[in-house]
Amino acid sequence: MVSEKILPVKKAVRKDKNTKEIKYFTVDGHRIENSFNGLDRDIKFEMLRKMYEIRMFEAETEQFIIRGQIHGTCHLYVGEEATAVGAIYAGDKTDYITSTHRGHGHCIAKGADLSLMMAELLGKATGYCKGKGGSMHIADVTSGNLGANGIVGGSIDIATGAALTCKLKKNNKIVLCFFGDGAANRGNFHGALNMASIWDLPVLYICENNQYGMSTSVKEAFNIPKISDRKFSYNIEGLTIDGNNVVEVYNTVKHFAEYVRGGNGPVLIECLTYRWKGHSKSDAQVYRTKEEVRQWVEKDPIERYKKFLLDSGAISEDGCREIEEKAAASIKKSVEFAAGSPFPDPAVVEEDVYAQGNYIS
Amino acid sequence: MLREITYLEALREAMQQVMRQNPNVFLIGEDVAEYGGAFGVSVGMLEEFGKERIINSPISEDALVGVAVGSAVSGMRPVVEIMFSDFMAIAMDEISNQAAKIRYMFGGKATVPMVLRTAGGGGTGAAGQHSQSLEALVAHIPGLKVVMPSSPYDAKGLLIASINDDNPVIFIEHKLLYKNKKYVEHVPEEPYEIPLGKGEIKRGGRDVTIVATSYMVKKSLEVSDQLEIEHGINCEVIDPRTIRPLDTEIILDSLKKTGKLVCVEEACGFGGFMGEVAAWTAQYGFDWLDAPVIRISGRNCPVPYSPVLENEMIPDHSRIKTEILKLFNKS
Repeated sequence: MVSEKILPVKKAVRKDKNTKEIKYFTVDGHRIENSFNGLDRDIKFEMLRKMYEIRMFEAETEQFIIRGQIHGTCHLYVGEEATAVGAIYAGDKTDYITSTHRGHGHCIAKGADLSLMMAELLGKATGYCKGKGGSMHIADVTSGNLGANGIVGGSIDIATGAALTCKLKKNNKIVLCFFGDGAANRGNFHGALNMASIWDLPVLYICENNQYGMSTSVKEAFNIPKISDRKFSYNIEGLTIDGNNVVEVYNTVKHFAEYVRGGNGPVLIECLTYRWKGHSKSDAQVYRTKEEVRQWVEKDPIERYKKFLLDSGAISEDGCREIEEKAAASIKKSVEFAAGSPFPDPAVVEEDVYAQGNYIS
Repeated sequence: MLREITYLEALREAMQQVMRQNPNVFLIGEDVAEYGGAFGVSVGMLEEFGKERIINSPISEDALVGVAVGSAVSGMRPVVEIMFSDFMAIAMDEISNQAAKIRYMFGGKATVPMVLRTAGGGGTGAAGQHSQSLEALVAHIPGLKVVMPSSPYDAKGLLIASINDDNPVIFIEHKLLYKNKKYVEHVPEEPYEIPLGKGEIKRGGRDVTIVATSYMVKKSLEVSDQLEIEHGINCEVIDPRTIRPLDTEIILDSLKKTGKLVCVEEACGFGGFMGEVAAWTAQYGFDWLDAPVIRISGRNCPVPYSPVLENEMIPDHSRIKTEILKLFNKS
């Protein structure tokens, strides 16, 4: 056991002499341009709205769980919003993503329809997967969202395959592959990163280190200080960043998105973050202290981003409130849609198993 | 004179012809490039299609199949070669939890057009981890199609159909058929498809229906010839060719004629695929059955090494013959 505590990530800031504008950061030894600065104001606000939507979507989901209205289980993304939003906004709209069992955040950040998501969670016919997938299998292939995955690490090699498609088709797309700290210990993590490295595939492996694989702490499950140190095995670029800082996530992913798009091979980005809620719907959280949770809640990614926008004068308190209200309204609408939607007709149970034609039994 | 080619040559020709037509098709697997695959199926393909389409994979079966799934879901049509079907076990998450289920879990909004080609079966002295017949394992999983060609003609038509199919297909080839000169046959030079889910009567007969797969089709045909000559028993041999979807109609039609069913498979009998054929027939063909369904399967042990033991484990001509004779109260 090496990593007694999470190592602080070394950072430096370089400002323009005249304007005092931050030109670039040094994060974990990598010089990263401050591309966030040049972002359109509306996009910056949209990112805040998406973070609110994720937070509120999960709050509603939790209420459904408490009331017993969600049939299966759900894994909430609360506390990790900056990672999904920062990373997905740094990619192009047409880029692919693959997600995890804790996938609502990625889905929302990628622009999914909240109503179709909520309907899926409630097992309704109108849901993204017609009620056949549920929380862990929401996908929207046409928008580049290749899906959540119920198997820890299950999307790592799928993302790598999608990156192979991008390379073979020369379509200039890249893949953002999200996975957790737990997944980094799966065998296919090794197989996939090795392949991506030897074939220079355009994929960003974004490890959301939320400190626990269910109840097992990263301190117990790794003997290296940083998961991004696994980069050395594959001779690829990699670094560890503050996953609760949406600006840092955006800048880093933007920087490396262009790097991988340029055919330089994959990159492993570890985002340090924390899941505020339990692993799934039944988790007494005996493996961590309330004090630890409190410390991470203080690093609330939404509050930090809001403060950043306020301090920079980009937005007013009223402006923030308006964004929050818009997010709340869209969540409310999604709940109404889902609640008012019908359950699937039992007769469709064997549909969609095979493409084209009927399965001959 | 009509040209005759081997099973292996038919498989190669199928891949070459589809790859010439469709730029989205590529072959990926361990040692498939310069080496031409462990059994030589892809020999010469690197020269024609280059490294971008004949991709040598590191020894990572799980990630290899996962990469195929990811490329299929994003618009390619990969053909993955898994050297021995036993190694599917290494990639079972990718096969069972990913490839097979993505379409259904996503509400029918994704397709996974990929073919996993693999060499199954024993008789090569390769023992427990390189000889298994694992078709039942994959045929059990909804979302997968499972194909088991027994002849060069079928191998070509079924492989082309499998690559063009929009579903994940497990394509199980038999090692003893690859280069077998005894079973060369005429295979048309132009591309053609054999629809998945269509069986074929390999030998017409009136006394008993034999349903067999892969190499067991060949053994059953040879036994049938002996039974005809020696005992006047007229066997009908049916090769389902794809075991999922299964052509139950062809089996039932034959049963209506013969009243007797014998199922022959190389796999261990317990939980084997022919149990499905037997159960289906018992349920839907009961009225036409004049005798109990006979199953002739591999013995219920791993495939052993010693030739004496391996021959005992895998059904041979004499076991098939004896069991059929018993059905006619002859020995």
